[in-house]
Amino acid sequence: MTQYLLSIYQPDGPVPDDEFLAPVIKELAAWNDDLRAAGAWVFSAGLHPPESSTVLRRQGDELLVTDGPFTEGKEHLGGFTVIEVDDLDQALSWARRLAEILVALPVEVRPFAG
Amino acid sequence: MPADSSTPAAVSAADVAAVFRREHGRAVAVLARAFGDLDIAEDAVQEAFVAAVVRWPELGRLPPSPAGWIITTARNRAIDRLRREAAREDKHAQAALLHAQDEPVEEGPVRDDRLRLIFTCCHPALALNVRVALTLRLLGGLSTAEIARAFLVPEPTMAQRLVRAKTKIRTAGIPYRVPYEADLPERVRGVLAVVYLVFNEGYAASSGDELIRTDLCAEAIRLGRLLVELMPDEPEAVGLLALMLLQESRRAARTTADGLLVPLPEQDRSRWDQQLVAEGQQLVRRCLRRDQPGPYQLQAAINAVHSDAATAAETDWGQIVQLYDHLIALTASPVVALNRAVAVAELRDPAEALELVDALDLDNYYLFHAIRANLLHRLNRPAEAAAAYESALALTTNTAERTFLHHRLAELADQ
Repeated sequence: MTQYLLSIYQPDGPVPDDEFLAPVIKELAAWNDDLRAAGAWVFSAGLHPPESSTVLRRQGDELLVTDGPFTEGKEHLGGFTVIEVDDLDQALSWARRLAEILVALPVEVRPFAG
Repeated sequence: MPADSSTPAAVSAADVAAVFRREHGRAVAVLARAFGDLDIAEDAVQEAFVAAVVRWPELGRLPPSPAGWIITTARNRAIDRLRREAAREDKHAQAALLHAQDEPVEEGPVRDDRLRLIFTCCHPALALNVRVALTLRLLGGLSTAEIARAFLVPEPTMAQRLVRAKTKIRTAGIPYRVPYEADLPERVRGVLAVVYLVFNEGYAASSGDELIRTDLCAEAIRLGRLLVELMPDEPEAVGLLALMLLQESRRAARTTADGLLVPLPEQDRSRWDQQLVAEGQQLVRRCLRRDQPGPYQLQAAINAVHSDAATAAETDWGQIVQLYDHLIALTASPVVALNRAVAVAELRDPAEALELVDALDLDNYYLFHAIRANLLHRLNRPAEAAAAYESALALTTNTAERTFLHHRLAELADQ
């Protein structure tokens, strides 16, 4: 068994209105339930927008604290799910359904090391 | 049995090379399944062939089962290597070693292993150029240098691509198996596309190193035969093989002695390889009988109709247009529509074909302009024809294609 990180990227900016989001959230809940039922669910979470992030980095003896996300970009990590399955094909088949639910948002599948 | 089995004939490097060509993919496939690691499999098979180069000439003959000898030797080498690594307390190697020892040595026909290897090499999670390179490397046994030369990239670049691909297969957990029923049709298309890409890389006229390019066609046909053997129920695999054989049958007639392209209607048909034509046509009949026509089968059928005609004038253009109609319905490709227009010009008239061509959005495709030029020429509009040939010239760097277009322009000027 391998654990995979399914990362969801979303564009910065305003959140779509409820009318659009409600059915998506409902389908996402169903997807999560199916993951649990299949014994593949490990953890999942959504994140606040990138403006809410803070980056810390040591520079010499000082610790630099900066406001905002680590990478500049039009898209940022919006949420993620960790699943545990046999191989990439299974991970991709879960991710495929997720990508279909999320309309145009990209989903990145990446294996955990170790 | 070899006729000279009583005399201890020498085993030449060429004999070992022939076995290498034939058995490399199979040996890597068996080892990869046993050890679950492409690198270990490839290295071990390589070592086994190095041993064979020394050992077989000493024996004075090939072993009774060269493939079995290679697989057994490779297996022992891989186990030795894993033991050495296990001695350094590498848990992963130890686990693989235990797994490996459970497996019986295989010497019989191992169809599934090669099929698994093809599907692994052609996994959709790998970039297309990487799928092609991996297939040639692992199944075809081509060296990294050969693949690099064929695809006109520096050898270190190709080596890096292959290493990255194998690392991704291992770390991302790309499974070493034939996909499940539900994914199969989609994945088979990818596998066939890779093989046809290899063929086209070799078939696209003589740019780069000619020898290697011819080799690529031969390699693609070999892979095509393997696919038909492994997937006898897949009509598109049969269609692809037929398509490649029929295209290959015209190789000798496709260029003049000095490398100039000869278009199909002007080819000397006595120079077509009749054995390949016969085999290709027989395969077309075999797959069309199943009545599940796909793009490869239809393209093969179009080529078979051309092969049927003793002269260009006798070509059954009506049938070709019908086949193109069917193909357009399946693919909706503008390039297919362009080829259909060429057939319409023959069946009816160039004016109707020109209308069809002008409706296509293929401004960046050199053949679009070359075909337009030809139609305009036939409609006696030389100035427009010349302009179209110039547009075609601006879009191709291939020497053979350029020479061909220059000849056409000169013909126009002569009139």
